[in-house]
Order: sequence, then C-alpha cells, then structure tokens
Amino acid sequence: MSLILIIEQTLNGIQFGVMLFLMAAGLTLIFGVMGVINLAHGSLYMIGAFAAAAVAGATGSFLLALAASLVVAAIAGALIELTVMRRLYDRDHLDQVLATFALILIFSEGTRWAFGSFPLFLDIPDALSGPITLPFGVQYPLYRLAIIGIGLVVALGLFALISRTRIGMQIRAGESDREMIGALGVNISVLYTLVFALGAALAGFAGALIGAIQSVQVGMGEPVLILAFVVVVIGGIGSIKGALVGALLVGLTDTLGRFLLPSFFGLFMEPSSAMSVGSSLSSMSIYILMAAVLLFKPTGLYGSA
Amino acid sequence: MKLKTILMAASVAALAHTAQAEGVKVGMITTLSGGGAGLGIDVRDGFMLAIAQSGSTDIEVVIEDDQRKPDVAVQLADRMIQSDKVDILTGIIWSNLAMAVVPSATAQGKFYLSPNAGPSPLAGAGCHPNYFNVAWQNDNLHEAAGAYSNDAGYSNTFILAPNYPAGQDALTGFKRFFEGALAGEIYTKLGQTDYAAEIAQIRASGADSVFFFLPGGMGISFLKQYADSGVDLPLVGPAFSFDQGILQAVGDAALGVMNTSQWNKDIDNAANAAFVTSFQAEYGRLPSLYASQGFDTANLLLSAMAVADVNDADAFRAALEAANFDSVRGDFAFASNHHPIQDIYVREVIKEGDVYTNRIVATGLTDHSNAYVAECSM
Repeated sequence: MSLILIIEQTLNGIQFGVMLFLMAAGLTLIFGVMGVINLAHGSLYMIGAFAAAAVAGATGSFLLALAASLVVAAIAGALIELTVMRRLYDRDHLDQVLATFALILIFSEGTRWAFGSFPLFLDIPDALSGPITLPFGVQYPLYRLAIIGIGLVVALGLFALISRTRIGMQIRAGESDREMIGALGVNISVLYTLVFALGAALAGFAGALIGAIQSVQVGMGEPVLILAFVVVVIGGIGSIKGALVGALLVGLTDTLGRFLLPSFFGLFMEPSSAMSVGSSLSSMSIYILMAAVLLFKPTGLYGSA
Repeated sequence: MKLKTILMAASVAALAHTAQAEGVKVGMITTLSGGGAGLGIDVRDGFMLAIAQSGSTDIEVVIEDDQRKPDVAVQLADRMIQSDKVDILTGIIWSNLAMAVVPSATAQGKFYLSPNAGPSPLAGAGCHPNYFNVAWQNDNLHEAAGAYSNDAGYSNTFILAPNYPAGQDALTGFKRFFEGALAGEIYTKLGQTDYAAEIAQIRASGADSVFFFLPGGMGISFLKQYADSGVDLPLVGPAFSFDQGILQAVGDAALGVMNTSQWNKDIDNAANAAFVTSFQAEYGRLPSLYASQGFDTANLLLSAMAVADVNDADAFRAALEAANFDSVRGDFAFASNHHPIQDIYVREVIKEGDVYTNRIVATGLTDHSNAYVAECSM
C-alpha cells in the first residue's frame, strides 16, 4: 500500500466530507434555530441538481447552472417554509416528520413528471476536467479538488456569517431562546424564512456540484440525507463547526474504511472472505463511529445540552 | 407510479372457437424509476412492441414498478398472483429481486419468464420446471469477457462488480474463463454513485486492464469518473456496462471499448432487422440489449400460446421448451435447465453520426450454454 494511494483516498474522503457538510450545515441550522426535522432536505439537493442540469442543458454554462441551483433551491426552500413549515413549529416532531416525508413524495413525483425517469447528465466544465499532478506524484481530478476548495470557502463564509454579522447574531439568539428574540423586536418569521432558504440553497448547491460527477436522478437526495443526519448527530445539533468536523469525520471514515478494512482482514483471512467481511464492516463503520461519539458525548461533539 | 396497460379486445365473439378462449394474463414487475429505470423501460418497451406487432387480442399485461426494491417486488408479485390472477410473471431486472420473487411464484404453479436476471442458484440446484430465462445465465457474458481478455493478451486484470447475486456471478463467470492474474477484486455497493475510492485502488494496483460489471446508472457514474481520473488502462466489460442508454450519457469516454453481448443491432437476420427498425419507429431511439430481451420474451410467450393453453401447464411448458420463435439473436435453444444456448459476441463501441452505439467485431463463444446444467435436476 503506497503513500500515493493513501493521500488520494484521504483527498477522496475530504471531498466526500465537504459535500456532506454542505447538506448538513443547512440541516443543522434549520433544526437548531427552528427545532424542525426537515426530511425534505434531500429533495432540495435533488431540486438544485435538476435546476443545474436544466440550465446547463439550455445555456451550456456551468457557472449559470451553479447559480441556478442556488436560486431555485432557495426559492423552493422559502416556499416550503411559507406554506408548510410555518404551520408546524408548534406541533411535535412526528407531525413535522410526516409533513416533510409527504414533501419528499411530492417533489420526487413532481420531478419525475417534469423530467422523466431517466437520469440527466451535467458535464464537468472543460476548465476543471481531467486530473492534475500534486506533490508526491499524486494524480487527482481537478474537479474534485475544486469541490474541496469551494466547500471550505463556503464553510468559512458561514462561520463569518454566524459569528460576525447581525443576521448571524439573530440566528444564534434564535437557537438559545426563541421567545426572547421575538420579544426584543426581531421579526422572527422573516428570520425563519431566511434560514430555511439559506439551508435549502446550500443543499441545492451541493446537488449541482455532485450532479456533475454522478448522475442527476429522482431520489438522489435520500441516501445523502441519511448521512447528513448522521453528521448532524455526531457534530451536535445546531453547530456549524460540529457539522464541518462531523462531515469530515464521516467522509474520511467511510472512504478509508472502504479500502483499508478489506486489506486489513486480508492479512489473516483468505481474499474472498476478507473482501466480504471488510465491505460489510465498512458499510457499518460510520454508524459505529456515531455510536462511539454518542457514548462519550451524548449531545454530539459540539452540541450544547 | 401505476401504469396499467390493457390490451384486451372487446370482440370476444371472434375468439370463441380458439383454444385459449380465456386469454393469458401477464404480470410484469420491472424497474421503472431511479438509477435502474433505463433497463426496465427498455424491457417493457421491447415486450409491448412484440405484443402489439402480434395483433394478439387474448393477452393482457399488467405492469408495475418495483423501484429496484426486493420488498416492493415481493408485494407486487403477491398482489398479481392473488388479486390480479395472472398466469405468467415476467420483467424483473435485478437478480436480488428475482431471488426474492421467482421461487415462491413458481412454487405456486405460475410460470416465470425472465427477460433479464439469471442468478446462478436458479440455474443450478434451485432450478424449476416453470422458470425460463430468455436472456442468459448471469455468468455468460462475463465468461465471454474473460475469454476476450485472454485473446487481447491481458495478464493482470483488476475486476469489480456490485455486491449482489449478479455481481458475484459476474466475477465468478469472468474468473472461470480468464487465465491471467488478478490485480485486485472489489465488490461495490449496489446503486453506488461515487467510485473515487475504487478508481484510486485501480490506479495503485499496477493492473494492465480493468474488467467491470456496473449496469445502468452505476456504469454511467463509473465511466464518467474513470475518464476524469486520468487512469487510462483499457476497459473490458459485459454489454451491461456499455448498453445504448449508458453510451449516450458517457459519450466519447467509451469509444473503442470492447464488450461482450448475446445481441447487437447489426446481427444479420430478418427478425432483428425488423425489430431494430420498428423499435426506432415506435420509440424514437435505438433498442438496447434489454429491449431485445423483452422482445424475445414476448415472442417466446406468443409462440407457446399459439400451440398450447396456459391452463394446461405440461403442454404449455413443452411449448416453451421448444422455443419455436424467431429470436432477434438468430439461433436460440434452451438448455435442459431452461437457460439459453446461444452465441456471445465481442462488440466495439463506435460512433455513427451523432449516436454512440456498438458493432460486432467477433464471435466470442459459439453455442454457449452455462456451467450449472449438471446441478439442475428436474
């Protein structure tokens, strides 16, 4: 096992983690500020990817496609907040889960109706396609490197937004005491719509970025949604920093587990059974990680009790 | 999605004197949504094209989407058998779904005609007189790919497939014929969309070629990411990794790749020429091998209906075993375990005008049967 392989797999893990962060950041903000479990977050990821694929198909511009994913997902998020979520803040979590699950079905069938069942394809822009050579002779696809860069910039931007701006102050205040900031004259319903639209835009953006290396299809958001929930639980509900650390942990555990575990079992088992034991264990690895974190920190790494 | 197609004529009077006055009811369970939708849609369209062309008025087809989920497929099969009272089931694409549905359906006395999935247990010890596979036994195309890799002079191949029955059959089949060494062997998750970790291992493995079996959306994701990774080892695969649906999405990255198939649009016989032309006219796209399998399945069924009543199971089974229909593949016969004996070709991905497609460059295996005939006793 060479150093080059380990570096490449680590980069893969970070890239996966950064993508999960974009999903989990919105999820954790919405849960932290509004106390709402939004299962439809995966649908927003799908909406962003479809918006990007449609715009890229019509204009041929990847930048316009990315912009479209942000705008369309934000609008969809704001509409969901105004029409559905607003009625659910005072209800218990079960009602919220039911309503947002219904939204998943509505969005999936709606998208199938509009775009059909066949996957759509979004091409990597020419400027970012192909591999580049990094130090130590590592060859790595430029586009995946760009995703890592973009994700880290978004993370920095979110930290700045939360800790340095007025809106961020209100969001933090909303997390600690919802009634009080309303009493202090902050327009809480506008704040909620904003936070929801921001989370939706991030999810849609992630969908568009990933759509270019995978395929854009109905139901693409749900597997990511499950992992994003794992990230939120590991990082601590409501914490952006937790979402970043949790996402990178999950991304690295999943990617490295997938290739290290089978070779580890290969040391003392025959190849085929090592392969099967290794791959079944690696698909459990992130849940084992989650259980271990919860054992020592029941509120997540950066969660407050 | 509920899609119910009924081709039942009102003119019952015209049928009164024919043998099968009651008509035959077919339940089709196939994948019409998600990353595997292209396969199910092609099987369905090929099947329904043959039914429409036959002008047969005594066959009714109920079509449902299994979403590539075994539990959904089992529920659909139960409902079709118990409330819809179908005589024949067909349509399943994925071997894990076939393993969940077929044994119980055939045990209840229903016929199952597989237009795709051919898992090894159903060809060997678990074979059943009422189970027929019209496509291939799962190992077949991969065996031909292994034989082709020998001919191409590859001696150190990296192989990967999804971790489900057809994926295991794929690697087993490839290894049965491939004589070189393996640089690595990986099972991926069924439905996986990101292959960065696997591609990194291929890069580090020192292989001289890559064999992969990734049908549907999985193949599209893999090929796009492989092309972007800068790894330029030659690829070999079964037709499932390079079918008509995948090629349009992947484009130039697949040009020149060799793959193995029991069917291609340029197989020279009258039935195939008519099929390719009429499929294009009807649906506005080139047929894939899945469409050809759906088409053959329907024609096999129609050929049996012409000589036997489905309610007379023994006569109907004998009519199916005779396989007296014009297959678009040319010569076609059933082995004793009800899986095809057929030629398997080596194809190359080419570009015709703006369309990516395959052409046959050689015959890989002639009159090829399967490795499980001896294990099947019925």
